[in-house]
Amino acid sequence: MPNDKKSQKIVDIIQNAARKHSLFVLAYGTGCGAIEIPPTMTSRYDAERFGIRGMATPRQADVLLVTGYLATKTLKRVIRAYEQMQDPKYVIGFGSCTINGGMYWDSYNTIKLLDKYIPVDVYINGCMPRPEAVITGFVELQGLIKEGKANGAEKYKENIDWYRANQKKVIKNWNMPDYNW
Amino acid sequence: MDNSIWISILGFLATVVLAFTVGVFYGGFVRKITARIQNRIGPPVYQNFFDIVKLYSKKTAINHGWMQHLGPAFAITASVTSLMFIPVLNGQDWIWFENLNFKGDLIFLLYMMVFGSLGMALGAGQTGNPHSAIGVSRGLSQMVGYEIPWVLALVAIMMQAHTTSITGLLEYQNANGTWMMFESPLAFVAGLLAMLGMFHYAPFDVPFAPAELASGPASEFGGKYLALMMTSGSIFAFVKLVLFVDIFMGGASNLIMLVVKTFLLYMVPVLYGIVSPRYRTEQSIRYFWGWPTFIGVLGVLYVVFTR
Repeated sequence: MPNDKKSQKIVDIIQNAARKHSLFVLAYGTGCGAIEIPPTMTSRYDAERFGIRGMATPRQADVLLVTGYLATKTLKRVIRAYEQMQDPKYVIGFGSCTINGGMYWDSYNTIKLLDKYIPVDVYINGCMPRPEAVITGFVELQGLIKEGKANGAEKYKENIDWYRANQKKVIKNWNMPDYNW
Repeated sequence: MDNSIWISILGFLATVVLAFTVGVFYGGFVRKITARIQNRIGPPVYQNFFDIVKLYSKKTAINHGWMQHLGPAFAITASVTSLMFIPVLNGQDWIWFENLNFKGDLIFLLYMMVFGSLGMALGAGQTGNPHSAIGVSRGLSQMVGYEIPWVLALVAIMMQAHTTSITGLLEYQNANGTWMMFESPLAFVAGLLAMLGMFHYAPFDVPFAPAELASGPASEFGGKYLALMMTSGSIFAFVKLVLFVDIFMGGASNLIMLVVKTFLLYMVPVLYGIVSPRYRTEQSIRYFWGWPTFIGVLGVLYVVFTR
C-alpha cells in the first residue's frame, strides 16, 4: 500500500527501516554491466556498508539488478526470475541499455525500454555507470523504500494484463508456467 | 497451580532471547571482522537484526508442500530443545531457569543436534530444486565426516569424568579445579577440529557454496522461511559455543565470562574460515577422517591408559 509519511504506522516505519538497510541483491548479469558489480561489492567501494549483499537465488533476493541489454531470449529468464522473487521486491535498471536500448537501439532482438516488461524502480544511467553511480542508485532506492514509494511490485500486480501483453508481444514462444507469486 | 512453573517458563523465554541476541550479534561481528580482514569497512554489527526483521516482514513466502513448512520448524525446534539441555551459567540457575538436565543428556544432545539438519534436509528435499538435493547430500556426507572426531572427543571426556551429563562434567571440572581442555588435551583438539566443520565456515562450507550451488539446501526458501532459518542458525551457533565452553572450558560463572569465552572460541572457525578457500566434498570428509579422528582415537587411548 502506498503510504505517505504522515499515515505511516509505527510497524511500517520499523519494517521500512529494516527493508531499507537490508537489500539482498540478485545481480542478473546480462550484458557487459556485470563487470561493474565485483568492484562495487569488494573492498574498493564496499557496498556491504549499506547492507547491500549479493544473494544467489531469486527466492531470497529483494532487488533484481538487471545489468545491461536484454535480448528477447534473456528477457524471458528475467521475467521468470522476477516472478519467483518474494514481495516486496524492487528492480534496478542498470546502464543505458535498460532505458533506451543504448548501443543496441536498432537491434532486431533486444528490447529497448525495460519498464514496459517489468516495473523498474530506479534507473542508473551511463554506459558503463561507475561503482559510485551504482551505489548512488542503491541509496536512491533506499530513500524510496523508506518513504514507502518503491512499489513497483504492486504496480506489476495491478497492471499484469498490460505487462503480459507487452511481454508476449516480443517473446514469441511463450510457454512459461503460471506462477502464483 | 504453583508459581514455580511460570517462573520456569519465564526463565526459558529469557534464555531463548539471550541466545538469539548473542547469536545475532556474533553473526554481525563475524561479518564485520570478515570485512576488516578483506580491507573493507563492512556492515554495522546490528546488520543481522535488520536482515531478520526484513525477512520476517516479507509479504509473501511461497512453499511447495507440507514438508517445506516443517523443515525450518524442525530446525528451530532442534535449536531451542538443545538450548534447554545446556546449562548457560555454571553453578547457579540462569534467572530461576533450571535447565532440563538428566543423566546422559550429553548423548541425547548428540542426537538432538543432528535433528535440525535432518529436518532441513527433508524440507529442502521437497522443494524439488536440484541445488537443494546436491546441497543436502553434501551436507549429510560432511556430517558423517565431522561427527566421528566429535563423538570420539566426547567419549574421551565422558570416560575421563565417568559421567554422561553436562552438569556432571561441570561439577567434575569444578571439583578438580582445572578445565577439561588441560586435563585431556587430545580430546579438546579433536573436538575443536570437529567444530570447524560444525560451524560450516570455509573451508567447510561445502553444502552451501553460493558460487556453485546457489546456497544449497536454502536455495528455494525465501521470505519468512529464510528468516526462521536465520533465527535458528543464530540460536544454534550460541548452543554449540556454550556446549563447548561447558564441557571443555569449565563453564562460565557470569554473563561477561560467558561472552568472553564463547567469543574467543568462535574466533577459531571464523578466522580459519576467512583465510581459506573451499574444500571439495571428498577433501572435506578425508580431512575429518584424517588427523582429527586420529587425535580423537589417541585421546580415548590416553584416557584409557592414564586413568
